[in-house]
Amino acid sequence: MTAIEPSAFWEFVKSRGITFVSGVPDSTFKKTYDHMVDDPEIRYVPAVREDVALGIASAAYFQGEVGAVIMQNSGIGNVVNPLTSFSLMYQVPVLLIVGWRGYGGPPNDAPEHWVMGTKSTEILETLELPFEILETEGFEDCIDRLLATMNEKSVPGALLIRPGVVL
Amino acid sequence: MISRIDAIKIIADHVDDDELVISTTGMISREFFVTQDRPGNFYMLGSMGLASSFGLGLALLNHNQRVVVIEGDGSTLMSMGTLALIASEAPPNFLHIILDNESYESTGAQPSITGQIDLAEIAASCGYRHAERVEGAEQLARALTNGEGNHGPRLILAKVGIAPVKNISRVTHTPVEIRDQFHGAVAQNMA
Repeated sequence: MTAIEPSAFWEFVKSRGITFVSGVPDSTFKKTYDHMVDDPEIRYVPAVREDVALGIASAAYFQGEVGAVIMQNSGIGNVVNPLTSFSLMYQVPVLLIVGWRGYGGPPNDAPEHWVMGTKSTEILETLELPFEILETEGFEDCIDRLLATMNEKSVPGALLIRPGVVL
Repeated sequence: MISRIDAIKIIADHVDDDELVISTTGMISREFFVTQDRPGNFYMLGSMGLASSFGLGLALLNHNQRVVVIEGDGSTLMSMGTLALIASEAPPNFLHIILDNESYESTGAQPSITGQIDLAEIAASCGYRHAERVEGAEQLARALTNGEGNHGPRLILAKVGIAPVKNISRVTHTPVEIRDQFHGAVAQNMA
Protein backbone atom coordinates (compact mmCIF):
# COMPACT_ATOMS: atom_id res chain seq x y z
CA MET A 1 0.00 0.00 0.00
CA THR A 2 1.52 3.29 -1.10
CA ALA A 3 0.18 6.30 0.71
CA ILE A 4 -1.60 8.98 -1.31
CA GLU A 5 0.68 11.92 -2.04
CA PRO A 6 -0.52 15.25 -0.61
CA SER A 7 -0.42 16.89 -4.03
CA ALA A 8 -2.52 14.13 -5.61
CA PHE A 9 -5.07 14.34 -2.80
CA TRP A 10 -5.50 18.11 -2.95
CA GLU A 11 -5.41 18.38 -6.73
CA PHE A 12 -8.33 15.99 -6.82
CA VAL A 13 -10.24 17.76 -4.03
CA LYS A 14 -9.71 21.11 -5.78
CA SER A 15 -10.84 19.61 -9.09
CA ARG A 16 -14.20 19.05 -7.38
CA GLY A 17 -14.51 22.75 -6.58
CA ILE A 18 -13.47 22.60 -2.93
CA THR A 19 -11.07 25.45 -2.14
CA PHE A 20 -12.36 26.89 1.15
CA VAL A 21 -11.15 24.91 4.16
CA SER A 22 -11.11 25.46 7.90
CA GLY A 23 -10.03 23.17 10.68
CA VAL A 24 -7.73 21.98 13.41
CA PRO A 25 -4.57 19.97 12.54
CA ASP A 26 -4.01 16.25 13.03
CA SER A 27 -0.83 14.20 12.91
CA THR A 28 -2.57 11.47 10.86
CA PHE A 29 -2.08 13.57 7.75
CA LYS A 30 0.67 15.97 8.77
CA LYS A 31 2.22 16.41 5.32
CA THR A 32 -1.17 16.60 3.67
CA TYR A 33 -2.21 19.32 6.12
CA ASP A 34 1.00 21.28 5.58
CA HIS A 35 0.61 20.98 1.81
CA MET A 36 -2.89 22.46 2.00
CA VAL A 37 -1.82 25.37 4.18
CA ASP A 38 0.88 26.24 1.62
CA ASP A 39 -1.39 25.85 -1.41
CA PRO A 40 -2.19 29.33 -2.77
CA GLU A 41 -5.32 27.99 -4.47
CA ILE A 42 -6.83 27.00 -1.12
CA ARG A 43 -8.14 29.58 1.34
CA TYR A 44 -7.46 28.00 4.73
CA VAL A 45 -8.74 29.39 8.03
CA PRO A 46 -7.06 27.86 11.10
CA ALA A 47 -9.99 27.49 13.49
CA VAL A 48 -9.88 27.36 17.28
CA ARG A 49 -12.33 24.46 17.51
CA GLU A 50 -13.95 22.04 15.09
CA ASP A 51 -17.43 23.54 15.54
CA VAL A 52 -16.02 26.96 14.68
CA ALA A 53 -14.42 25.41 11.58
CA LEU A 54 -17.79 23.98 10.57
CA GLY A 55 -19.42 27.41 10.91
CA ILE A 56 -16.73 29.04 8.79
CA ALA A 57 -16.58 26.36 6.08
CA SER A 58 -20.38 26.21 5.72
CA ALA A 59 -20.33 29.78 4.38
CA ALA A 60 -19.00 28.39 1.07
CA TYR A 61 -22.37 26.79 0.35
CA PHE A 62 -23.92 30.24 0.02
CA GLN A 63 -21.41 31.10 -2.68
CA GLY A 64 -22.46 28.01 -4.63
CA GLU A 65 -19.54 25.90 -3.45
CA VAL A 66 -18.85 23.23 -0.84
CA GLY A 67 -16.48 24.00 2.02
CA ALA A 68 -14.36 21.51 3.94
CA VAL A 69 -13.45 20.99 7.58
CA ILE A 70 -10.19 19.22 8.36
CA MET A 71 -9.92 17.69 11.82
CA GLN A 72 -9.16 14.59 13.87
CA ASN A 73 -11.98 12.34 15.04
CA SER A 74 -11.77 13.59 18.63
CA GLY A 75 -13.40 16.71 17.17
CA ILE A 76 -16.49 14.75 16.16
CA GLY A 77 -17.74 15.40 19.68
CA ASN A 78 -17.35 19.12 19.14
CA VAL A 79 -19.38 19.16 15.93
CA VAL A 80 -22.39 17.08 16.98
CA ASN A 81 -24.46 20.12 18.00
CA PRO A 82 -23.75 22.24 14.91
CA LEU A 83 -24.26 19.18 12.69
CA THR A 84 -27.70 18.54 14.19
CA SER A 85 -28.98 22.08 14.74
CA PHE A 86 -27.28 23.78 11.79
CA SER A 87 -26.04 21.51 8.97
CA LEU A 88 -28.79 18.90 9.07
CA MET A 89 -31.54 21.37 9.97
CA TYR A 90 -30.73 23.86 7.18
CA GLN A 91 -29.44 21.10 4.89
CA VAL A 92 -26.07 22.74 4.24
CA PRO A 93 -23.44 20.28 2.98
CA VAL A 94 -19.82 20.46 4.08
CA LEU A 95 -17.03 17.91 3.60
CA LEU A 96 -15.46 16.68 6.84
CA ILE A 97 -11.92 15.36 6.30
CA VAL A 98 -11.29 13.38 9.47
CA GLY A 99 -8.08 11.80 10.72
CA TRP A 100 -9.00 8.49 12.36
CA ARG A 101 -7.02 8.37 15.59
CA GLY A 102 -7.35 5.20 17.65
CA TYR A 103 -8.35 3.17 14.60
CA GLY A 104 -8.96 -0.43 15.64
CA GLY A 105 -9.17 0.48 19.34
CA PRO A 106 -6.68 -0.46 22.08
CA PRO A 107 -3.71 -0.85 22.04
CA ASN A 108 -3.47 1.31 18.89
CA ASP A 109 -2.61 4.97 19.37
CA ALA A 110 -2.81 6.85 22.68
CA PRO A 111 -5.42 6.05 25.37
CA GLU A 112 -7.36 9.26 24.78
CA HIS A 113 -8.22 8.00 21.27
CA TRP A 114 -9.42 4.52 22.22
CA VAL A 115 -13.09 5.26 22.80
CA MET A 116 -13.59 7.66 19.89
CA GLY A 117 -11.42 5.41 17.73
CA THR A 118 -14.00 2.65 18.05
CA LYS A 119 -17.14 4.84 18.17
CA SER A 120 -16.54 7.32 15.32
CA THR A 121 -18.50 5.46 12.66
CA GLU A 122 -21.33 4.63 15.07
CA ILE A 123 -21.79 8.31 15.87
CA LEU A 124 -21.89 9.20 12.17
CA GLU A 125 -24.41 6.40 11.56
CA THR A 126 -26.58 7.58 14.44
CA LEU A 127 -26.66 11.06 12.89
CA GLU A 128 -27.37 9.45 9.48
CA LEU A 129 -24.38 11.26 8.01
CA PRO A 130 -22.84 9.63 4.95
CA PHE A 131 -19.18 8.68 5.30
CA GLU A 132 -16.47 6.91 3.35
CA ILE A 133 -13.29 5.30 4.61
CA LEU A 134 -10.54 6.51 2.32
CA GLU A 135 -8.49 3.82 0.57
CA THR A 136 -5.29 4.35 -1.37
CA GLU A 137 -6.61 2.38 -4.36
CA GLY A 138 -9.25 4.34 -6.24
CA PHE A 139 -9.34 7.19 -3.73
CA GLU A 140 -10.85 9.46 -6.37
CA ASP A 141 -13.92 7.23 -6.71
CA CYS A 142 -14.25 7.12 -2.93
CA ILE A 143 -14.35 10.93 -2.68
CA ASP A 144 -16.70 11.22 -5.66
CA ARG A 145 -19.12 8.71 -4.12
CA LEU A 146 -19.22 10.74 -0.92
CA LEU A 147 -19.67 14.07 -2.69
CA ALA A 148 -22.47 12.61 -4.82
CA THR A 149 -24.36 11.44 -1.73
CA MET A 150 -23.80 14.78 0.02
CA ASN A 151 -25.07 16.62 -3.02
CA GLU A 152 -28.07 14.36 -3.49
CA LYS A 153 -29.18 14.63 0.16
CA SER A 154 -27.80 18.13 0.79
CA VAL A 155 -26.06 17.01 3.99
CA PRO A 156 -22.48 16.97 5.29
CA GLY A 157 -20.34 13.90 4.71
CA ALA A 158 -17.22 12.55 6.40
CA LEU A 159 -14.08 11.22 4.75
CA LEU A 160 -12.35 9.05 7.35
CA ILE A 161 -8.59 8.78 6.94
CA ARG A 162 -6.75 5.96 8.70
CA PRO A 163 -3.06 6.36 9.58
CA GLY A 164 -0.83 5.71 6.57
CA VAL A 165 -3.47 6.25 3.86
CA VAL A 166 -2.26 9.77 3.09
CA LEU A 167 1.12 11.20 4.00
CA MET B 1 -30.84 51.27 29.97
CA ILE B 2 -32.65 50.39 26.75
CA SER B 3 -34.46 47.14 26.14
CA ARG B 4 -32.95 44.68 23.75
CA ILE B 5 -35.73 45.00 21.20
CA ASP B 6 -35.27 48.79 21.17
CA ALA B 7 -31.57 48.21 20.52
CA ILE B 8 -32.52 45.83 17.71
CA LYS B 9 -34.80 48.49 16.19
CA ILE B 10 -31.88 50.95 16.16
CA ILE B 11 -29.61 48.33 14.59
CA ALA B 12 -32.26 47.52 11.95
CA ASP B 13 -32.47 51.22 11.04
CA HIS B 14 -28.74 51.17 10.32
CA VAL B 15 -28.66 47.98 8.24
CA ASP B 16 -28.20 48.67 4.53
CA ASP B 17 -30.05 46.60 1.93
CA ASP B 18 -26.91 44.81 0.78
CA GLU B 19 -25.65 43.85 4.22
CA LEU B 20 -25.89 40.28 5.50
CA VAL B 21 -27.12 39.93 9.08
CA ILE B 22 -26.54 36.78 11.12
CA SER B 23 -28.56 36.68 14.34
CA THR B 24 -27.99 34.20 17.14
CA THR B 25 -30.37 31.59 18.49
CA GLY B 26 -33.22 32.37 20.86
CA MET B 27 -34.93 35.68 21.42
CA ILE B 28 -32.44 37.79 19.46
CA SER B 29 -33.41 36.08 16.19
CA ARG B 30 -37.10 36.30 17.08
CA GLU B 31 -36.86 39.98 17.94
CA PHE B 32 -34.91 40.75 14.76
CA PHE B 33 -37.46 38.74 12.74
CA VAL B 34 -40.44 40.74 14.04
CA THR B 35 -38.52 44.02 13.68
CA GLN B 36 -37.15 43.66 10.17
CA ASP B 37 -37.55 40.42 8.25
CA ARG B 38 -35.52 40.43 5.02
CA PRO B 39 -33.83 37.82 2.76
CA GLY B 40 -30.37 38.94 3.86
CA ASN B 41 -31.09 37.84 7.43
CA PHE B 42 -29.83 34.46 8.53
CA TYR B 43 -31.68 33.41 11.67
CA MET B 44 -29.42 30.96 13.45
CA LEU B 45 -32.22 29.01 15.11
CA GLY B 46 -29.95 26.57 16.90
CA SER B 47 -26.21 26.10 17.30
CA MET B 48 -25.60 28.62 20.06
CA GLY B 49 -22.18 30.20 19.53
CA LEU B 50 -22.00 29.47 15.78
CA ALA B 51 -23.29 32.80 14.41
CA SER B 52 -19.90 34.48 14.71
CA SER B 53 -17.94 31.76 12.90
CA PHE B 54 -20.54 31.50 10.13
CA GLY B 55 -20.43 35.28 9.72
CA LEU B 56 -16.63 35.17 9.69
CA GLY B 57 -16.68 32.63 6.85
CA LEU B 58 -19.03 34.81 4.81
CA ALA B 59 -16.89 37.90 5.41
CA LEU B 60 -13.66 36.11 4.42
CA LEU B 61 -15.13 34.69 1.22
CA ASN B 62 -16.08 38.12 -0.09
CA HIS B 63 -14.36 41.22 1.27
CA ASN B 64 -16.84 43.43 -0.58
CA GLN B 65 -19.73 41.93 1.35
CA ARG B 66 -20.54 43.61 4.66
CA VAL B 67 -21.46 41.10 7.36
CA VAL B 68 -23.16 41.96 10.65
CA VAL B 69 -23.30 39.39 13.45
CA ILE B 70 -25.75 40.05 16.28
CA GLU B 71 -25.47 37.86 19.31
CA GLY B 72 -25.82 37.86 23.07
CA ASP B 73 -23.40 37.66 25.96
CA GLY B 74 -24.17 33.97 26.46
CA SER B 75 -23.47 32.95 22.87
CA THR B 76 -20.30 35.07 22.77
CA LEU B 77 -19.03 33.41 25.94
CA MET B 78 -19.84 29.99 24.49
CA SER B 79 -17.43 30.54 21.60
CA MET B 80 -15.03 33.11 22.99
CA GLY B 81 -12.16 31.62 21.01
CA THR B 82 -13.91 32.91 17.90
CA LEU B 83 -13.23 36.48 19.08
CA ALA B 84 -9.52 35.74 18.85
CA LEU B 85 -9.94 34.13 15.43
CA ILE B 86 -11.94 37.08 14.05
CA ALA B 87 -9.25 39.46 15.28
CA SER B 88 -6.54 37.26 13.78
CA GLU B 89 -8.23 36.97 10.37
CA ALA B 90 -9.18 40.66 10.58
CA PRO B 91 -11.89 40.96 7.90
CA PRO B 92 -12.46 44.71 7.38
CA ASN B 93 -16.08 44.03 6.36
CA PHE B 94 -17.09 42.47 9.68
CA LEU B 95 -19.27 44.16 12.32
CA HIS B 96 -19.88 42.25 15.54
CA ILE B 97 -22.68 43.44 17.82
CA ILE B 98 -23.13 41.92 21.26
CA LEU B 99 -26.39 42.70 23.06
CA ASP B 100 -25.27 42.17 26.64
CA ASN B 101 -28.01 41.82 29.24
CA GLU B 102 -25.80 39.80 31.57
CA SER B 103 -28.22 36.92 31.38
CA TYR B 104 -29.57 33.93 29.50
CA GLU B 105 -32.85 35.67 28.92
CA SER B 106 -34.18 33.24 26.32
CA THR B 107 -34.18 30.43 28.88
CA GLY B 108 -35.59 32.43 31.79
CA ALA B 109 -33.08 35.21 32.52
CA GLN B 110 -30.62 33.13 34.49
CA PRO B 111 -27.52 35.27 35.17
CA SER B 112 -24.42 35.03 32.96
CA ILE B 113 -20.98 36.22 34.05
CA THR B 114 -20.72 39.44 32.01
CA GLY B 115 -21.59 41.53 35.07
CA GLN B 116 -18.00 40.79 36.09
CA ILE B 117 -16.21 40.67 32.74
CA ASP B 118 -16.19 43.04 29.78
CA LEU B 119 -16.38 41.32 26.39
CA ALA B 120 -15.48 44.58 24.59
CA GLU B 121 -12.18 44.71 26.48
CA ILE B 122 -11.54 41.10 25.58
CA ALA B 123 -12.23 41.81 21.89
CA ALA B 124 -9.94 44.84 22.03
CA SER B 125 -7.13 42.85 23.59
CA CYS B 126 -7.63 40.09 20.99
CA GLY B 127 -6.95 42.72 18.32
CA TYR B 128 -10.28 43.94 16.92
CA ARG B 129 -9.61 47.15 15.06
CA HIS B 130 -12.35 48.87 17.04
CA ALA B 131 -14.17 47.62 20.12
CA GLU B 132 -16.40 49.80 22.21
CA ARG B 133 -18.96 49.48 24.94
CA VAL B 134 -22.10 51.58 24.65
CA GLU B 135 -25.13 52.26 26.82
CA GLY B 136 -28.37 53.83 25.72
CA ALA B 137 -29.94 54.58 22.36
CA GLU B 138 -27.83 57.60 21.43
CA GLN B 139 -24.49 55.92 22.06
CA LEU B 140 -25.59 52.84 20.12
CA ALA B 141 -26.79 54.88 17.14
CA ARG B 142 -23.54 56.86 17.11
CA ALA B 143 -21.43 53.70 17.27
CA LEU B 144 -23.41 52.18 14.37
CA THR B 145 -22.95 55.31 12.27
CA ASN B 146 -19.22 55.29 13.02
CA GLY B 147 -19.17 51.60 12.09
CA GLU B 148 -20.24 52.19 8.50
CA GLY B 149 -17.63 51.45 5.87
CA ASN B 150 -15.06 48.70 5.79
CA HIS B 151 -12.88 49.51 8.78
CA GLY B 152 -13.37 46.34 10.80
CA PRO B 153 -13.30 44.03 12.42
CA ARG B 154 -15.37 46.23 14.69
CA LEU B 155 -17.22 45.21 17.84
CA ILE B 156 -20.01 47.09 19.54
CA LEU B 157 -21.00 45.85 22.98
CA ALA B 158 -24.39 47.31 23.86
CA LYS B 159 -25.54 46.96 27.41
CA VAL B 160 -29.28 46.25 27.36
CA GLY B 161 -31.93 45.53 29.97
CA ILE B 162 -33.81 42.34 30.63
CA ALA B 163 -37.18 43.04 29.04
CA PRO B 164 -38.87 40.02 27.47
CA VAL B 165 -41.33 40.81 24.69
CA LYS B 166 -44.67 39.18 25.49
CA ASN B 167 -46.13 36.71 23.00
CA ILE B 168 -43.33 37.25 20.51
CA SER B 169 -43.58 35.17 17.36
CA ARG B 170 -41.10 32.48 16.51
CA VAL B 171 -39.38 32.83 13.14
CA THR B 172 -42.11 31.53 10.85
CA HIS B 173 -39.88 30.61 7.89
CA THR B 174 -38.77 27.00 7.76
CA PRO B 175 -35.01 26.40 8.08
CA VAL B 176 -34.75 25.57 4.38
CA GLU B 177 -36.66 28.75 3.49
CA ILE B 178 -34.22 30.78 5.61
CA ARG B 179 -31.34 29.06 3.82
CA ASP B 180 -32.72 29.64 0.33
CA GLN B 181 -33.72 33.27 0.90
CA PHE B 182 -30.28 33.99 2.33
CA HIS B 183 -28.62 32.14 -0.55
CA GLY B 184 -30.55 34.37 -2.93
CA ALA B 185 -29.46 37.52 -1.09
CA VAL B 186 -25.79 36.48 -1.25
CA ALA B 187 -26.08 35.72 -4.96
CA GLN B 188 -27.79 39.03 -5.65
CA ASN B 189 -25.02 40.93 -3.86
CA MET B 190 -22.37 39.06 -5.84
CA ALA B 191 -24.06 39.77 -9.18
